[in-house]
Amino acid sequence: MIPQNLKYNESHEWARQEGDIVTIGITDYAQSEIQDIVYVELPEVGTELTQKTEFGVIESVKAAFDLYAPVSGEVIEVNESLLDAPEQVNDSPYDDGWFLKIRITDPSELDALLDADGYQAHIEAEHA
Amino acid sequence: MKRTPLYHIHESLNAKFTEFGGWEMPLQYSSIVKEHLAVRMNVGLFDLSHMGEFEVRGQGANELVQKLSTNDVGRLTDGRVLYTLFCNETGGIVDDLLIYRHADDHYMLVVNAANIEKDLAWVETHNDTGAKIKDVSGNTALIALQGPKTIDLLKPFVPEHDVSGISFFRFVLGEVAGIPTVISRTGYTGEVGFELYVSAENAERLWNALYPAVIEADGQPVGLGARDTLRLEAGLRLYGMDMNDDTNPFEVGLSKFVKSKNRQFIGKRALLAQKKKGIEKQMIGFQMLDRAVARTDYAVYQDGEQVGEVTSGAPSPSLKRNIGFATVLSQVVPDDGKIDIEIRGKMHPAKIVKVPFISK
Repeated sequence: MIPQNLKYNESHEWARQEGDIVTIGITDYAQSEIQDIVYVELPEVGTELTQKTEFGVIESVKAAFDLYAPVSGEVIEVNESLLDAPEQVNDSPYDDGWFLKIRITDPSELDALLDADGYQAHIEAEHA
Repeated sequence: MKRTPLYHIHESLNAKFTEFGGWEMPLQYSSIVKEHLAVRMNVGLFDLSHMGEFEVRGQGANELVQKLSTNDVGRLTDGRVLYTLFCNETGGIVDDLLIYRHADDHYMLVVNAANIEKDLAWVETHNDTGAKIKDVSGNTALIALQGPKTIDLLKPFVPEHDVSGISFFRFVLGEVAGIPTVISRTGYTGEVGFELYVSAENAERLWNALYPAVIEADGQPVGLGARDTLRLEAGLRLYGMDMNDDTNPFEVGLSKFVKSKNRQFIGKRALLAQKKKGIEKQMIGFQMLDRAVARTDYAVYQDGEQVGEVTSGAPSPSLKRNIGFATVLSQVVPDDGKIDIEIRGKMHPAKIVKVPFISK
């Protein structure tokens, strides 16, 4: 099930807005495609992210995958627990497996993202 | 893309597919880690029908395979298998392969899937001995069972032979589940295992006979993803990654498969000259000291100087560490240990370790 309360990048990152703070991670579909996640490389607190540009990398047994920022803003918190337990991204992509919290600069950027139905249609199209 | 006779079975098992050497092959069925550990602890079932098989027969067969091989085919007796390399005139590796001796005038060559056309051309070009060469890849399926439970699993399917009595790198002709099979005690995982060659039309029958027993033994069907991590842990090189037409056997740690005493083979002159001049590179195994994963072509440094490149790298499911092979300059002292690998612009520490990475 694709959570209704999140917004989505076509590159399979999700964004959860709470005021001017947005939490980001990757979707359940993405983790199930990537599988066996062994390493997550994330930016440091204070880094400025730009919407749709690379901000980090996840590594599975098979390959490395780039992560793209769903919105622009400053990193205010990093999920440090992923350093020692990256498998949380596989086990709990929407909760324990979150990556970053960012303070967004332009809330209207969220409007450019897919909603749950749009994302569902996107992965169906990608899979077809 | 080419497909093996078992493609529809993989599809029905919901495999994820990948392109490998022109073939559409199962990458994984459940998860690479689960499949990998199933082979280490229980048993795994592999479709390796993409591999190429050539028959070399006739009076000149022995002379031809000897002439092409860096390893000494003269050491084979009937029913034995040899790991060898074909080298070109400059000592570069054309392919690594297995040679099966059925008889003095009958050999089977098992070559890498991506090299079938290249190898066939190579063997035919050098056939001045009158041997008859036949590419039987399309009619041949290869199913492997690998893992500690292999022998117990296979026994009831092979009533006429004691499979536990077939030694490593030997084979017998027999029946598995009533299907005519070349039963070969070989593999690419570092585990006890068998590779079973059958005609393509019997591939589904053999797979379907073995599959329930594999599941019963807590085993798994295994895709190319886990095949790669299994071979890496076992210290086995992969053609196209760790070696190619431009690398010689010494640079990739395969010198023990070059037997040049009292025999002639293609590439011998160049290899002896290179040995005399001194080998510039060596292959090492490394283990990352942090959680970063070093992959193919990443640069390897020692004391701030670039000394080589990673050829294969992956997380090791058994060791829960990230490991790999690298070719580095010969002056890098393996015992001294520390190297750095550049990953996305940052240096990550690693140590040089003995290969194979796991011991059985």
